[in-house]
Amino acid sequence: MIVATKKPIEEILVALAPYESVLILGCGTCVTVCNVGGEREVSLLHSALRVAIANSLMQQKRFHEYTVKRQCDREFLEALKGKSEEVDAILSLACGVGVQVLADYFSDIPCIPAVNTVFMGSSSTFGIWDERCAGCGECRLYETAGICPVTRCNKGILNGPCGGAKNGRCEANKEMDCAWLLIYERLLKLDQLDRMRKYSPPRNYGNLKRPKRVIIT
Amino acid sequence: MAVSLFEEKLNSDKFVVTAEIGPPKGTDLSEMKKNIELLKDRVDALNVTDHQSSVMRYPSLGGCLLIKELGGEPILQMTTRDRNRIALQADLLFAYSRGIRNVLCLTGDSVDVGDHKDAKPVFDLDSVQLIRMIKTLETGVDMAGNKLSGKVQFFVGASCNPEADHIEPQLIKFEKKVNSGARFFQTQGIYDVTLLRRFMQFARQFGVKIIAGIIVLFSYRMATYMNENVPGVKVPPQILEELKGLDKEAALRKGIDIAARTIRTIKEEKLCHGVHIMAIGREHIIPEVLEASGL
Repeated sequence: MIVATKKPIEEILVALAPYESVLILGCGTCVTVCNVGGEREVSLLHSALRVAIANSLMQQKRFHEYTVKRQCDREFLEALKGKSEEVDAILSLACGVGVQVLADYFSDIPCIPAVNTVFMGSSSTFGIWDERCAGCGECRLYETAGICPVTRCNKGILNGPCGGAKNGRCEANKEMDCAWLLIYERLLKLDQLDRMRKYSPPRNYGNLKRPKRVIIT
Repeated sequence: MAVSLFEEKLNSDKFVVTAEIGPPKGTDLSEMKKNIELLKDRVDALNVTDHQSSVMRYPSLGGCLLIKELGGEPILQMTTRDRNRIALQADLLFAYSRGIRNVLCLTGDSVDVGDHKDAKPVFDLDSVQLIRMIKTLETGVDMAGNKLSGKVQFFVGASCNPEADHIEPQLIKFEKKVNSGARFFQTQGIYDVTLLRRFMQFARQFGVKIIAGIIVLFSYRMATYMNENVPGVKVPPQILEELKGLDKEAALRKGIDIAARTIRTIKEEKLCHGVHIMAIGREHIIPEVLEASGL
């Protein structure tokens, strides 16, 4: 799923400065699960903005709260008809996809992101989220024991570990395991070490050329 | 036939000595020039680092050209961290056209350990893919399969870390580098000869040239700093103990002693084909290290 983090309230206040009536819009899917952009966070952000504005020289604003099932899906935006007309701007707690679909749908209303979209990932411990997919377009997980070197190795290298790890931890971040050590250990367990011995050719960055589009029939 | 003078020396079974030159941060080349002049006839080849520790500096290619101009034998260190395959290939064409014949292929340290932490890490290729790319260029075509007018030929090297905590995956990668075309290796800094012996037991069978890396220590603080911050380098507790409490001059002497002791052991036991001396930022003390080692 898509993981996001909250933007600092100061940044949001700067973006909201020109607007008087603002719809704070949550998204009921990914960002709800990672506790950043669901109904609860909409309400918390609303309170935080009121307090911050009261403590500043800014003029008080009118805020409205709402959360849709998914902002990245136009059919769920229809529920906003009747609400959008009353506002000068929409403050979206969805990922970057949601904000853009919203901006496309409400072409005459400014849409402001309240979160930073950071990656596609998962959580194994409460509150800790880790990136697990880079959308590289050429999945090689069957060669690497189901552990992705593109997202989990700081250098995204494909032919084994660099020489920089210490105590099994990445040279770039001592909190993180060396992905290639994890791959090695799991391949060993699966009796598939030959896969690591095989030369892995350079990535095809042609898959990543933007703008990206796929046609699925 | 040997591609370079350095390869020729390695093939002659001479115990070779290489040393590392760190380029300046800026355009004042006087110090680097002095170090090259000092070392070029005392060692068999001089490596020039490629933004070592991801710190932006004068480029390796520039340092290698200066070595050529001064009559030395350069080893071009090339990492894949900062340039994509187009830029890497172009730099290799340039290097070849200007007489550079030795290349050390490296992935490069993480951008996160350097002085431009916000920079985009490139890593379009890894070190193994870089070795293969050079072998492709040598056949007269580029990575896209397009014909080159005028090919290249290099003596291709790579690095390995015999002191890595988890040696097995490192050995797999070492073998991949050999199979891809690496003919010489310069290792990460060696402090524990037992670990080098273990590595050599494995590496010998491949018939490639192994040059043991020696990082000269200058102080207890430098050693602990490297343990904390320099990827892959591990100074063991007994060596830290030797440096502890010594004043600046005594620590430098001790550091030279430790380096010389390791070099002598490697040479006497014929463990490797040579040594690569890294005296980070203090290249001028390398002649003393050589003297103390009996080289």
